[in-house]
Amino acid sequence: MDPNLTAGLGLKPSHYGEALACPAAGLWFEVHPENYLVDGGPRLAWLAAIRERHPVSLHGVALSLAADAAPDPAHLAKLRALADRIEPALVSEHLAWSAWRGAYHPDLLPFPRTTEALARIAANISAAQDALGRRIAIENPSHYLEIDGHEWSELEFLAELVRRTGCGLLLDVNNVFVSAANLGFSAEGYLDCFPAWPVMEIHLAGHSRDPALGEALLVDSHDAPVSAEVWSLYERLVARIGPRPTLVERDDKLPGFGELLAERERAHATLLGPVRAAA
Amino acid sequence: MNAAPAPVALARFQSAFARALLHDEEIPDAAVADLVGQPAFAVYRNTVMKGCLDALQANFPAVARLVGEEWFRAAAAVFAAGELPREASLLRYGERFPEFLAGFPPAADLPYLAAVARLDRLWIESHAAADHDALDPAAIAALGPEALAATVLEPHPAARWAWSPEAPAFTIWRANREEGTGLGEIDWRGEGALLTRPQDAVRATPLDEAGCRFLDACARGLPVTDALDAALAADAATDFARLAATLLEAGAFARLVPIPHADSGRTSP
Repeated sequence: MDPNLTAGLGLKPSHYGEALACPAAGLWFEVHPENYLVDGGPRLAWLAAIRERHPVSLHGVALSLAADAAPDPAHLAKLRALADRIEPALVSEHLAWSAWRGAYHPDLLPFPRTTEALARIAANISAAQDALGRRIAIENPSHYLEIDGHEWSELEFLAELVRRTGCGLLLDVNNVFVSAANLGFSAEGYLDCFPAWPVMEIHLAGHSRDPALGEALLVDSHDAPVSAEVWSLYERLVARIGPRPTLVERDDKLPGFGELLAERERAHATLLGPVRAAA
Repeated sequence: MNAAPAPVALARFQSAFARALLHDEEIPDAAVADLVGQPAFAVYRNTVMKGCLDALQANFPAVARLVGEEWFRAAAAVFAAGELPREASLLRYGERFPEFLAGFPPAADLPYLAAVARLDRLWIESHAAADHDALDPAAIAALGPEALAATVLEPHPAARWAWSPEAPAFTIWRANREEGTGLGEIDWRGEGALLTRPQDAVRATPLDEAGCRFLDACARGLPVTDALDAALAADAATDFARLAATLLEAGAFARLVPIPHADSGRTSP
């Protein structure tokens, strides 16, 4: 694995200064490119400054690849311009939809995994990869609903997208934990069968209990430290598939940069563990 | 009607799901009606609405501070239910929020609110605009008066301005935007604002109506002589040297564009 790309952190505007100066080995930063699709100004200047010191990953939330519509060419063109400027180490998106008939829903929405959906999403991923001139990694979603009408398991669906488009995968371990708890399947079983070689990136994050439903519904809220269960799933995963660039995500109830860096250090140490043992 | 269970068509599913996110009514699609009946559907409803409200609150901070978070989010929820974002970059969401506030009955007691919202909006436009060096004041000084009169002063991409005829919107906006700027005694009259972005940070400068009209004319590609006429129409006592100094010092212009073949008859002020 690239020693400059071990464990990373989501880049938050309030941490720019500390992020820029942080000398930690292998540290990289991930941003939602939608926040940087501007013509100029301080946002782009900051991102460019970060990029001079650290690798950057563009993690899109809005391509809406699972919509029954081609991704917006104007959005793709802006994304391409940003990618050409930033030269990201990784580009990723979600197996979800958010835009539909001209309206953008700021969430990652679910769909039935049908053969029809598979063909459409594969075409959308190919269109995105062609427009961006890059391989992208597709992230497994968090699930809250029992959807009738799935024709494919999620693992088969993801593997088939890889086969048809040459895309990579972004494996979000917290999403697996949350989905397993909500839908009642085994997170270990899912992770043990996850196709190893296409995994370009791993995500770790915290979750919370739904305020109304409590334990019965876990929400992928990114507002807490990574849980003990997710850490142990992660360590088991890395032992099986080997080290991959790993991001610690935190979007809400943001602690100080030092606290996030400490979580990131744990992932960094996990990634270096097997390498050390093998040496 | 639904004789044989067919695979759920993606487009039909998405139309019904998208509608159910915002509207609490009977769902015509059986597959989606089943999902809406699950308690977890609220997670999607809440996340979509929270995403919209968070974006509006981030984009209109002076309005949110003026009316308080609870009032703001209640008003923003009414706006969002009628108008979701049109694009993924939420920075631009709420383009029509100032107009919405102008016609929002609960805001009728706050006649300055829409004007304050417009300034929040202009701040974002300035913040996200293209980079360009500001015009060097020396470049103007180097022109003779006749040449200057026939020149177009092209506004800087990050320059934004607005004249609010009815309320001291700039004073109210600034007091709710910048820490430590007290409101003090308010002189209740129209006010204008100029936003520019020198050194990559948005800066706010008060600007009178004549200044705003001058910049309007510049933005329409009119030469200085016509822009000055527009300023004089707003205020016959406009001092061009002082106005030009204010605008140049703020970085309101990007460059000088000489008018080709300007006929000499139009150049005398």
